[in-house]
Amino acid sequence: MLKRDYRKLWWQNNITKIFFSVLPLLFISISIYSHFNNVYTEKVIESIKTTAENRKGAIDLFFDERISQLVTIANTNSFEQLTNETYLNKVFNIMQTNSKSYMDIGIIDNEGKHVAYVGPYYSILKAVNYKNEPWFNAVMNNGIYVSDIFMGFRKLPHFIIAVLVREDNRSWILRVTINLETIDEIVQKAWIGSSGDAFIINKNNSLQTKPRLGGNYLETPNCPDYSSTSIARTEKFSYEGKERFYCAIQIKTNKWILVLSEDPNELLSPILHEKYWTAFLTFIGLLFIISGSVITTNILIKRLIDTDKQNAMTSDMVLQSNKMIALSKMAAGIAHEINNPLAVIGEKAGWIKDLIMEEDIAKSENFQEFSEAVDKIELHVERARKVTHRLLGFARRMEPAREKVDVNRMLDETTGFLENEAKFMNIEIIKNFSDDVPVITSDLSQLQQVVLNLLNNAFDAIDHEGSITVSTDFDEQACEALISIADTGPGIPKAIMNKIFDPFFTTKEVGKGTGLGLSISYSIIEKLGGKIKVNSNEGIGTVFTIVLPANQG
Amino acid sequence: MDEFKVLIVDDEDDFRETIVKRLKSRKIVAEGAEDGKKALELINDNVFDVIVLDVKMPGMDGIETLRRIKAKNPQIEVIMLTGHASVDFGIKGMQLGAFDYVMKPAPLHDLLDKIRQAYDKKKGLVS
Repeated sequence: MLKRDYRKLWWQNNITKIFFSVLPLLFISISIYSHFNNVYTEKVIESIKTTAENRKGAIDLFFDERISQLVTIANTNSFEQLTNETYLNKVFNIMQTNSKSYMDIGIIDNEGKHVAYVGPYYSILKAVNYKNEPWFNAVMNNGIYVSDIFMGFRKLPHFIIAVLVREDNRSWILRVTINLETIDEIVQKAWIGSSGDAFIINKNNSLQTKPRLGGNYLETPNCPDYSSTSIARTEKFSYEGKERFYCAIQIKTNKWILVLSEDPNELLSPILHEKYWTAFLTFIGLLFIISGSVITTNILIKRLIDTDKQNAMTSDMVLQSNKMIALSKMAAGIAHEINNPLAVIGEKAGWIKDLIMEEDIAKSENFQEFSEAVDKIELHVERARKVTHRLLGFARRMEPAREKVDVNRMLDETTGFLENEAKFMNIEIIKNFSDDVPVITSDLSQLQQVVLNLLNNAFDAIDHEGSITVSTDFDEQACEALISIADTGPGIPKAIMNKIFDPFFTTKEVGKGTGLGLSISYSIIEKLGGKIKVNSNEGIGTVFTIVLPANQG
Repeated sequence: MDEFKVLIVDDEDDFRETIVKRLKSRKIVAEGAEDGKKALELINDNVFDVIVLDVKMPGMDGIETLRRIKAKNPQIEVIMLTGHASVDFGIKGMQLGAFDYVMKPAPLHDLLDKIRQAYDKKKGLVS
């Protein structure tokens, strides 16, 4: 019989199941996560871009407003009026009522001379001539000019907006200084996360506003060089070992570039959260798959073991019955071969006996010896005859028959088989036969087999020291012969009580069961028209009762 | 006691001859035949009351021989003698009209009892 490695099978089954379930689960989890990650990152980039565009619009608007305000003032007031510093101060105050974005205001003639000034740097700037300043030439050429941040005469970072006014025969410049904080304030509204940053750089990649995360005006910003950006671009970029989202967009008026920088860890924290959540769900899924696999595999292996057990027993039984058939054929052959010589021996001995009887007793001094010898020969032929006849009886066992059975005698014979074993195991066989039991029509050898089986079970149950009571009875009303075999064994546990007649049920190890099994005994008795009943008390013993129909005739 | 004639049919010479001798010594007219064919010849010439017939013989077996004996003379009583696992043959023989069957080896007195019973039966039938 093949012996399976159940442990190996268990592992194989589990690993296969888990592998084929976990693989799709991981695939799904990872692809969902990465898809979600992409979509979310796109959304974040989109929102950064939108913020940047809004801020850019605000800055453009700021410049447009300032410039148009300056143009209006320049064109509605005459040079003479504005060079009057009292008047200029009045105008400046009106301008300041709307916004505090201006720091000072000045009028410069076409010679570069600062003819009028209102503001905090009066002492420094009043006497200054701007003729050689780069911005002066730019204004003279372009008419309107917005400068980058520069230090100028006041030695402080600032920037100016200047407008050229052409009157009949002269031209002059209206110039204002913009409060840097105003621009800073507008730009700062572009921050999204708590660690986000926004600033403006000019064409030379020098800062025009104060970044939140370090750096000052005119310094180089701590970010990739976006100074040549003309079309808005948004990207995730690793700079100095730190990965950040960057968005650069050009401001219309003066070609400055607004740069937004955001911390991905902060903006993407929901997706990070999602990552842990996915991992957690995946882990739960894994637990489910593994425990499910283990449970189903356990059930499967248990069934396999049961099936193997049953197969082993079936093949045991087939083997057993094949053996019996072969043995019975051999027994029949031997019995036949021996019977004929035995018959001759018997007859010859008989003949000698006949002859001795005819002799005169006195004539043979050895008469006694002859007579005894012949008697012995006859006696032993009779013994041998019994043996061969028993062998023939055994051979006939294989074929079902209907014959007259004396139940008591059958039990006598059957218990006789086990007398030696009983003595050896210190088991007493008590016979309690009723004389009322009639001769019944049944199959002697099959009955014998069943009784033998029940007796063997009783022996196994008792193990050592005890008694087996074999009794017979006749139920006249039901016309049934009763054979009961009671042992003083430990009894049958309630849990297996209803299983003992099941096919393949055994308490013996695989390969060790040599008996018929109660199931077969049961079916034999059923075929003979009777039934087997069982009554067991744990600790007291078990009684099997065979009920047989006693229909005479 | 009436004198009656018995035919022993068995292929085992020692067995057959000894039985015949022992029967003769008991004042029974007995003869032997070593096979079925011989037995059928003998009943043509003689009148036998009882035939003891072995079931297993070379050539014609006991059952066939019985059938022919009964066909020839149904009044002869036949006792089947079986030597192997052939209670069935004994029973079959009885179904074919044999008086009884005896398992080999059998003590002579058992066989004699059967022979006498058979003879009594035949006598009762005839008279």
